[in-house]
Amino acid sequence: MKPTDDLQTDGGELRLEDLQLDETQRESENRWVTYRRFADEYVKAPFLILWSDWRSRAGIVIVMMYVLAGVVGTQIIPAPYPNQADLWIKPFQSWRYLLGTDKTGQDLLGLMVHATPSMLIMITAGAVFSTVVAAVVGTVAGYKGGTMDRILMIITDSMIAIPGLALVIVLAAIIEPRSPVLVGIILSSHVWAGLARSLRSQVLTLREDSYVEASRVMGIRTPAIIGKDVLPNLMPYILINFVNSARNVIFNSVGLYFLGVLPYTNLNWGVVLDQSYNSPAIHSFELMYYLFVPLVTVIMISFGLILLSQGFDRIFNPRIRAKHTKSGGKESVGAEPDEGSTSVNTTMGQ
Amino acid sequence: MSKNYYLKRIGMVFVTIYLVTTFTFVLIRYMPGGPMDYMVAQLIQQGLPEARARQIASTYLKVNPDQPIHVAYVDYMSGILVGDLGISTWYDRPVLEIIISALPWTVFVMTVSLILSFAFGIALGAWMAYREGSRFDSVATIVTTFLTSVPYYLAAIALLAVFSFRLGWFPTGGRYNPDMAAGMTPEFFRSVLYHGILPIASFTLTAFGGWALGMRGNSIQVLGEDYLRVARLAGIPERDIVIKYVTPNAILPLYTNLMIAIGFIFGGSIILEQIFNYPGLGYYLFKSIETRDYPLMMGGFIVITIAVAISIFIADMTYSLIDPQAEAGDSRETY
Repeated sequence: MKPTDDLQTDGGELRLEDLQLDETQRESENRWVTYRRFADEYVKAPFLILWSDWRSRAGIVIVMMYVLAGVVGTQIIPAPYPNQADLWIKPFQSWRYLLGTDKTGQDLLGLMVHATPSMLIMITAGAVFSTVVAAVVGTVAGYKGGTMDRILMIITDSMIAIPGLALVIVLAAIIEPRSPVLVGIILSSHVWAGLARSLRSQVLTLREDSYVEASRVMGIRTPAIIGKDVLPNLMPYILINFVNSARNVIFNSVGLYFLGVLPYTNLNWGVVLDQSYNSPAIHSFELMYYLFVPLVTVIMISFGLILLSQGFDRIFNPRIRAKHTKSGGKESVGAEPDEGSTSVNTTMGQ
Repeated sequence: MSKNYYLKRIGMVFVTIYLVTTFTFVLIRYMPGGPMDYMVAQLIQQGLPEARARQIASTYLKVNPDQPIHVAYVDYMSGILVGDLGISTWYDRPVLEIIISALPWTVFVMTVSLILSFAFGIALGAWMAYREGSRFDSVATIVTTFLTSVPYYLAAIALLAVFSFRLGWFPTGGRYNPDMAAGMTPEFFRSVLYHGILPIASFTLTAFGGWALGMRGNSIQVLGEDYLRVARLAGIPERDIVIKYVTPNAILPLYTNLMIAIGFIFGGSIILEQIFNYPGLGYYLFKSIETRDYPLMMGGFIVITIAVAISIFIADMTYSLIDPQAEAGDSRETY
């Protein structure tokens, strides 16, 4: 493993090329090169494209801010507790309580920051759950066809037709979820259906493609075909919808915490919103900051995620990429068409 | 498409509704507590001793809590077939009556906001696409993206806080002025509109951006098509090109979304009607979950499910009529 370690530490491009020319390289080195190339193609290049557009750059920065708040912020900013300071300190008056304090004297910034980790876990769990279920159901139904397809689509259609928020409220009452992972999964228990349906219709066209047919003729097993030939083609779409279902989790969780139908064990922006809504803040412009702090917190991360998903769309959309190369780059970036069609679904969703 | 396909598709709608009804029926029995417990808790809060509260509740409630679930299920399903949705345990009125009185209000708010947001979004999106790359386009894209990222209920809270509680320009809730007799008078309509403005605004403001962005993307795609180049070369006036070719083709992909949205908005009314204290379908559905009012809860679930299933059915059926290129999703087993 020595040579690999060397490569890892210096990581120079010259060395890499040497290795590629070297015909007697070992297996492990070979694999390392593959990893590097994979990283270049699937991580570095897309990131650079994302970064080149100021809007998706803003999206990345915003989302990273929340991640930082959730990871580092909770260490720096002390956990809020009632009467830690005077009541109703206005925002931007002191460095200690930057966003002010609420009706019980809790630091609002602390409340926002300490609600972030469970929110991030919730978002990730929900988005992963709905995306994975949708990908499995959509590809299997579309590729297998027949009875399997019919059964899966009946389940999917029922899931689409059932009033999602009401289902979530009922499920939350039954399960009384405490861990943010479980809350996230319950919140997206119906979200997968719409995505599964659209993935299925894309698989229907994909399965007729000649290279998929070639794999089939060669006798490759169905799971392998789905994994290697079908799924990679759907990745862009799946990724965009991953971000959108993340937003969906935020929307629903804050809304349901606000209504008070989720257990109050987790500190949540929706809980703070509910408390401010039932306080004098709603009657006075002076105190309205208490209402607007959680409001802005929710809207900001949602905005960041939309910008990010629009950015993903720009990376993957071949039409936009082609246009990019034709008009020769950065000048036209500001005028990129946004495919809003993917976001329409989710915004009209609930 | 064959007649057989239509029949199958209609069959699917019924299967969907049946499955959801059964699923919901079983699911809500697993909720902790029941209509009985909720009412007893309420009565105890009013100062009654527990035994007395239990006694009152059991005479008041017309449900049989000891009925086994499969008997209750058969009872309920046969009731539905003759249009009997049972009697609400909390309101002590037939569920059908409550739903019929609530439904028009939800439909009113949701339809108006859907039409407004769709029409405004389409117009703005087309205009943005036409001026692609201009300053107007960039600013409008950012503004619409931002508005899309606002959850509708947050818009509702903000509007309510500023315009109702603080400025007092609009009522904080209700469907119309309770001192006014409901009727076909212009005053009544004005009152309904006045009470409906904020709910409608919170949905419209946060929804039109999504339509605008979708329309913009589609229009730009259509504007780049070869046949438009041909049309221009043939000397067809620009106005005709936009109205006759670009707009219809760009709206087409949004059509399915619109149909699905019609169904979805019923579900979205749960939070909104709660915030505005607006007794529509969502308001009663939420109330029924809170009070464990099984019959009313089932009624709400079923009505919304039927609305969504039919909307999607109509979308599927009409889409292939509008767009001849669309294929009906076939599910023949080949592999």
